[in-house]
Amino acid sequence: MREYVQTMARSFAHLSDEAVVALVARSDEEALAELYDRFGRVAYGLALRIVRDEKLAEDAVQEGFLTVWRNADRFMPERGKASTWLLTLVHRRAVDLVRREDRRRTDPLPETTELTSGDSAADDAWLRFERERVQAALRQLPDQQREALELAYYGGFSQSELAERLGQPVGTIKSRMFTGLARLRELLADPNGESAWKPTFTT
Amino acid sequence: MEANLHDLTAAYALDALDPEDVQAYEAHLARCERCRDELGTLAEAAGALAYATDAPAPPPELRARILQRAHDERPNVTPLRPRWLVPVAAAAAVAACLALGLGIWAASLSSRLDRSHQALAAQQQIAAILGDPKSTRNVLGSRRGTLVVSPSGRAVLVVNRLAPAQKGQTYEAWVASGGRPQAAGIFGGGGDVNVVLLRRPVPANATVMLTLENAGGSAAPTRNPLLVVHNAA
Repeated sequence: MREYVQTMARSFAHLSDEAVVALVARSDEEALAELYDRFGRVAYGLALRIVRDEKLAEDAVQEGFLTVWRNADRFMPERGKASTWLLTLVHRRAVDLVRREDRRRTDPLPETTELTSGDSAADDAWLRFERERVQAALRQLPDQQREALELAYYGGFSQSELAERLGQPVGTIKSRMFTGLARLRELLADPNGESAWKPTFTT
Repeated sequence: MEANLHDLTAAYALDALDPEDVQAYEAHLARCERCRDELGTLAEAAGALAYATDAPAPPPELRARILQRAHDERPNVTPLRPRWLVPVAAAAAVAACLALGLGIWAASLSSRLDRSHQALAAQQQIAAILGDPKSTRNVLGSRRGTLVVSPSGRAVLVVNRLAPAQKGQTYEAWVASGGRPQAAGIFGGGGDVNVVLLRRPVPANATVMLTLENAGGSAAPTRNPLLVVHNAA
């Protein structure tokens, strides 16, 4: 029986993200590797979008995962998902880096990322599905809310910088960010959405 | 001041506070239950934005470097528990090992289950399909799961980390093979892994889909498929 359970413990496929983090808290290096395999790609894509430099993006991802490694025992699953925690850490680090480098002034913000066809992400149906889902939800937000969220989250602009850039009072920016996030959450939580699907299979 | 601090939660979730506000807000967060709750939901929405970006593969050496750094930081730490005591609820263990059976252990899984007191008929069928070396394994992206189809077309859909279906709803699997999708079983989701023995055979080149339907299931899929996997057999 011991051999049996040992065999199970070598694979993490059946463990939730939160359970993997609990193992990371026990200094389980394989669990850290598993966490990287699940979220390394999303984390890197996020960091790259913000810092727009491969080396800096790698730094942000590395710091995010090492922070999880150091602090996993303090992670509280009742406060949120493990993936949210990890991505928050990577995001914070990337924003710190981009503000320090001040790359934002010289580098115009790209338009909302559209799907790149033929990308290596094409082999990852689930990531693609998530990306389409979130992009579709973003598209349903009023322009001003979407703009505030994108400039803040991907651009690394602070709320007072946003106020200046957009020529609006800080209070307006705060309210756009709050309403935008709250609405985004509703859109993502509603499985019925506005996307009722009609099967197109024919006999 | 406190009233103003309440309004900073969204900016904090987006890492968009001005540096001079961060400390005051975090101090506020420590004593404001309402903001902690609100931050939980808003941070989740902000985290979803991470998925809207393109995700080029990171350079392979990044993984190795992170793991090496982690190892160097704590080279002598002994895990508090031996590896074989990884907590797995007894009830979940059978389902979990079925999912794990997708690996190299699959071939011997069936006999193990026979020895297990929990080996129920459906699970034995599942184990037979998973354990058959001639079964075809179609892996879903991002470790979301696997569709395993035996040479006779009997199939098991393994789905990892599927949120529980909301009240009044159910997950429903479908098999489409050149015609209308046929219902192939309903289940509630939740937990770390769902192992579903499909009620219909899955021919070569058929497609298996998963949708959310109203409780009890539908005659035909009514919503966008959550997963689509092609049986490449």
